Amino acid sequence: MFGRLTWDAIPFHEPIPLITSLVVLIAVGAIGFWVWRKGWWPYLWNEYITSTDHKRIGVMYIVLALLMLVRGFADAIMMRAQQSLAIGASQGYLPPEHYNQIFSAHGTIMIFFVAMPFVIGFMNFVVPLQLGVRDVAFPTMNNVSFWLNASGALLVNLSLFLGEFARTGWLAFPPLSEKAFSPGVGVDYYLVALQISGVGTVLTAVNFVTTILKIRAPGMSYLRMPVFCWTALASNLIMLAAFPVLTVALAQLMLDRYLGFHFFTNDGGGNSMLYMNLIWVWGHPEVYILVLPAFGIYSEVAATFSGKPLFGYRSMVFATMVICIVSYCVWLHHFFTMGAGADINAVFGIASMIIGIPTGVKIYNWLFTMYGGRVRFTVPIYYLIGFMLTFVIGGLTGVLLAIPPVDFIVHNSLFLVAHFHQVIIGGVVFALMAGYTYWFPKAFGFTLDERLGKAVFWCWFIGFHLAFMPLYVLGFWGGTRRMQHISDPSWAPWLHVAFLGAVIIGIGIVLTVVQLLYSIKTRDQRRDVTGDPWDGRTLEWLTLSPPPHYNFAVLPDVHGEEAYWTRKQTAIKEERLIDEPNYQPIEMPINTPTGVIVAFFASVCGFAIIWYIWWLAILGLIGAFAIFVWYAWQDEHEHIIPVDEVRKNARERRRIRMEHLHTISQST
Amino acid sequence: MTTEAATIGLTHGGSEDTGLGHRGPESKSIVVPYGFWLFVLSDMVLFSALFASYATLVHATDGGPTTNELFDRGLVAVETVALLLSSFVCGLAMITAKRGNMVWTQAWLVATGILGAVFLGIELYEFATMVGEGAGPQRSAFLSAFFTLVGCHGLHVACGLLWLGTMMAQIWAKGFQQHIIRRLLCFSIFWHALDIIWVGIFTIVYLIGTLPA
Repeated sequence: MFGRLTWDAIPFHEPIPLITSLVVLIAVGAIGFWVWRKGWWPYLWNEYITSTDHKRIGVMYIVLALLMLVRGFADAIMMRAQQSLAIGASQGYLPPEHYNQIFSAHGTIMIFFVAMPFVIGFMNFVVPLQLGVRDVAFPTMNNVSFWLNASGALLVNLSLFLGEFARTGWLAFPPLSEKAFSPGVGVDYYLVALQISGVGTVLTAVNFVTTILKIRAPGMSYLRMPVFCWTALASNLIMLAAFPVLTVALAQLMLDRYLGFHFFTNDGGGNSMLYMNLIWVWGHPEVYILVLPAFGIYSEVAATFSGKPLFGYRSMVFATMVICIVSYCVWLHHFFTMGAGADINAVFGIASMIIGIPTGVKIYNWLFTMYGGRVRFTVPIYYLIGFMLTFVIGGLTGVLLAIPPVDFIVHNSLFLVAHFHQVIIGGVVFALMAGYTYWFPKAFGFTLDERLGKAVFWCWFIGFHLAFMPLYVLGFWGGTRRMQHISDPSWAPWLHVAFLGAVIIGIGIVLTVVQLLYSIKTRDQRRDVTGDPWDGRTLEWLTLSPPPHYNFAVLPDVHGEEAYWTRKQTAIKEERLIDEPNYQPIEMPINTPTGVIVAFFASVCGFAIIWYIWWLAILGLIGAFAIFVWYAWQDEHEHIIPVDEVRKNARERRRIRMEHLHTISQST
Repeated sequence: MTTEAATIGLTHGGSEDTGLGHRGPESKSIVVPYGFWLFVLSDMVLFSALFASYATLVHATDGGPTTNELFDRGLVAVETVALLLSSFVCGLAMITAKRGNMVWTQAWLVATGILGAVFLGIELYEFATMVGEGAGPQRSAFLSAFFTLVGCHGLHVACGLLWLGTMMAQIWAKGFQQHIIRRLLCFSIFWHALDIIWVGIFTIVYLIGTLPA
């Protein structure tokens, strides 16, 4: 009846997961109860859960990412603690089978359920606003994408309460991940969760490529799009072409595990190198899926806070698209040591170094944007500078790793761990924190506290360097990654410093929460009344904060790059706004519970597949199909916002803008 | 800057003539099929990974049967004709749908479905015969790759049939509304794309697989 699911699945004999499970369950229950007592459920249901508004969906993605960041960080600090304790005679506090689950969960969660939703959240929130339009191409599908992603996150976290997670590392390499060596549910949790969230990601990619290529404000030609939109386009093109390969690799591993196929097994002619190739054909472009939008965020931040147009806009666009293409030609550098031969290694080594060139172009562009500008040292600029210092070193260690003979020495070492954390934390996480600070007022109508924001930055910056610089040293000394116990006592000081670094990052994460709560409490002092708190240059600052559901009462007419900046300067010079346009009623997509119901059935189906409960899996599939048919049968997918309401809101905005204009002209 | 460059959107700042994108957002009749094409492209990438796996593993027979011993060109020829004809008939259905002819649209869609079902039936018969001969997907890596590649295409056809049935019911119940016509267009894109994949499978798996050794 319940397949493999028995009472043994609950970790009664392991105190750490058991207590964590209980605490999380109580916390989730308490929050749910509190929200119910406050009477906020209807609001959440109508305004967020079923919303087709790209801004609301973006916020939900980022909330999911921040929650999962806490989970992923908990794994990280447990690993750092274990490695700084389990030296010499001591075995630390984590047994090997538990430690292996933790490093697997850490990688999986941080990439798939922190970095991805964070980046996609920003694309959701920002891209339609920057393009000067009202929503993405497929608003309902957007909601479905989010909930499928959340369903994957749910299943990964469920493995904490029921059963176990994979002990195979974040990419579950066979033959270790085959049934013969990993018979438990851990790898199945991994596979099913990633398949479900992967479907969501492909749908996101379809949505955003269509949006950026087909839905832009009048006059917004390709070479007038803000760089963030370009990087979002590149990122989504990569997603569209890379994620299906991940789906195939994981599906083949599932067929091996569930039906006894022989894709990657040791017997029957299986070839585990096939998995390596497929997973890294996805895996390396994935790095650029994350880092390109991060580059986009830095570009926006650099231009805005330097008070100058971005230096070398076109070279930035070309660099982005070159990275987008070359990102497919480097995957083999993840396994130089696995016998492809000197010629092939050389080709991929050179390709890997080539990709550093457009990245270098970008670094210079940001530097020259700041050069000669009136740089305002706000939190996002701190992250930009911190990023440039950190990322350049990470890039250089990457070039070292791209040299096959060097790679043979440091392959799979702590040097590698330090390298990719340096580019992902220094590159992606810093950008996400910068973007979080930068666009927060647009989403909620008030800015975040600046002092606490700087404290968070310093925690990340110092903590990161303390945590990962020692790993370079240990890597050179031959320290391999994923060790549950360290036998050489002379490594102890380095590992202790690394632990200290992780603690400082932890303080930074706590301060992020404090900053959010404090900023909400004192929001009246930092209201963004004008909709343009940073003296911005792109169209998202044209509308109010938070923007109305339809973003713009009339789609802005774009003349030249930096659409909003030009318009603002004209208004200041002429001391008047553009003539009042002829307002029209606006057609907007209605809310739909389709996404959350589909994700519910997907979760049920996924859970059933993990535990071999076949009848429930079939029921889940039928349910998901039924809700699609139900949705397809609806006639009304849009509602009309009457022209009076549009005009009223627009006039209010014009009044605010006129006041703002007077303030500016008085001060100059 | 020449005016020619300006009209194809190569200007950047200053000029009013932007070429691309000056019209603002495209209409739904452009956006929906465009998005669906992108989805089909990502599906093609999925199949390309399956083709690559097949090419890697085709000789990994582990002492079991090889392509020449298993495949029957005659059967596959019938299969291919059924699928290609089904696509042709689907095209006819699109024409009649555009003319708003309910009876003929439904008739052609039924024909599309029947031909698709014939294809699927032959494929299942082939699979069942192979499994009966001890050449199931668990026999060798080659057969795992074969069943996955061809089976994945078959699964797409099966999903297409489910979609087709739902579409027919919808057209019957709701008539030729604009959004339903758009969905029918997406279905026909999907159905034709499956042909393209099948041509690849027919060539790489069956034709090359039955060349004299």
